[in-house]
Amino acid sequence: MTIKTTMSNSYFKLIRSGINTTYQDKGRENLYHIGIPYSGAMDNRNFLIANKLVNNNLNSPVVEFAYQGPHLKYKGDKISIAITGDVIFKIIKNGVENIGDCYESYQIESGDEIDIISTNKTIYGYLAIGGEIDVKFQWESCSINTKAKIGSNDGKKLENNQTIKLLKLNSNKDKKKLDYINSKVENIRVIKGTNFNYFSEEGKQNFFEKKFIVSKLSDRMGMRLQGNKIDNIVNTNIKSEGLIRGVIQVPPDGNPIIMLSDHGTIGGYPKIGVVASVDYDRLVQISPGSKIKFTEIQLTDAETLFKLYEMDTDNLLSQI
Amino acid sequence: MINKILNLGDSALYCDFGQEVNKEVNSKVIKYFYSIKKSNIEGITNLTPSYNKLIISFNLSITNFKKIKKEIEMLNIDYENKIINKEIQIPVCCEDSFSLDIKRLEKKLNLKSEQILEKFFNKKYFCYMTGFIAGMPFLGDLEENMRANRLETPRVKVPKGSIGLTEQFANVYTFESPGGWNIIGITPLNIFDSLNESEPNLINAGDTVIFKEISYYDYKNYNE
Repeated sequence: MTIKTTMSNSYFKLIRSGINTTYQDKGRENLYHIGIPYSGAMDNRNFLIANKLVNNNLNSPVVEFAYQGPHLKYKGDKISIAITGDVIFKIIKNGVENIGDCYESYQIESGDEIDIISTNKTIYGYLAIGGEIDVKFQWESCSINTKAKIGSNDGKKLENNQTIKLLKLNSNKDKKKLDYINSKVENIRVIKGTNFNYFSEEGKQNFFEKKFIVSKLSDRMGMRLQGNKIDNIVNTNIKSEGLIRGVIQVPPDGNPIIMLSDHGTIGGYPKIGVVASVDYDRLVQISPGSKIKFTEIQLTDAETLFKLYEMDTDNLLSQI
Repeated sequence: MINKILNLGDSALYCDFGQEVNKEVNSKVIKYFYSIKKSNIEGITNLTPSYNKLIISFNLSITNFKKIKKEIEMLNIDYENKIINKEIQIPVCCEDSFSLDIKRLEKKLNLKSEQILEKFFNKKYFCYMTGFIAGMPFLGDLEENMRANRLETPRVKVPKGSIGLTEQFANVYTFESPGGWNIIGITPLNIFDSLNESEPNLINAGDTVIFKEISYYDYKNYNE
């Protein structure tokens, strides 16, 4: 017998939606061949920690925001929430404002407000809600891909005055806290790409020696870099072929583009490198105007470092 | 056979079938694609077949490049197995307001618009791959004298259903998207349906596509 889930009557209203607020989970697999990327939370570690702080399953849908986050007002039974990343936010109870801390759960009661003002020199932050959000799943994921209009909320960003409805609330609302600082980096490790030799000696050298600046034209699909043009000496186009997260393509203008979680699945620009998986969570947090520097890493080292990064994430989760 | 297998970063295999773009090479890629899909090798999370490459993505938490490479090298590929090939007819309206780049193509190809359309419709196309945006089919091959470069400045918005040409290929914009292909018409047919999770794509790699010209009246009333 299945127990029918009934709506809990508890919900958040978005007084302000924020500029790029979406529902995300782990994303969807096995769809590259039809043109659909993984999507999912950009910064996986902060996504997992947020869910653990409010006693959710680790893959539960969360609210992802970029730069300016949402301002929400709650109505319903007592609930716990947590915010992760490097985020400035206020919790307003009975008209009294208090600055909140990331990596800590808070109990929210009817009438309380959460004002997520902005991320601090990073891009993405996560709001986990202790319970089950009413979202739609497509290919087993709620992740919103605004380009393909796939996922919950008809594949669109959350908008002003919309509500986040809760199907049920977690019974355990104990205060939880993690002693963690979201470290900022500018050094990103990269494995040479399949077209590395398409570029001039100087271009190859500059790629690993000089710094790039992250352009404003960066989003969940890709990160555009400036300030260090890479000269192609073979061909500025290749026959279109598959792309993956972290691939660094160099279009004819010489300014590299890094493929991020909502990327187009096929591309025809030469691949100079691929960001090592260990650095992906940190890469996506580098904000426009910041510097970024690539360091070459060999495959086996990248594999080892990824294992260590995962152990570190597991260790953090076990401390909650 | 795969010419060579390289790593693409730390969590994907880059299977190279050569440099040529033709049906034979692409059919090999597609056969590998289906064989790997059927094999259920642990840890594979995605496959991206293209003209002459196949990218195999895997979950680095549970496997690695060396292990997947070995599995792929040992895999039995069923070359005899015919690819399931559907023939799909796509209605296209080439009325002026939809045929955004026909004037440009006349100049680029040095052909009259009637000649361009005649050559375009009088042909069967092979679907090499789908992707870039969800469900977009890459169809070939256009005749030598029908091959034009991309627009110098891509459009910010290409309308949903637009039919584009570039080099030896034709495509369909499955939803509104930026794009740089030369647009010659529009189809009222829905090529990608995200609500149909088991078969979202109308056209898949290996399929045959025929375009059929329809009038503005038929276009307008197609979905009534």
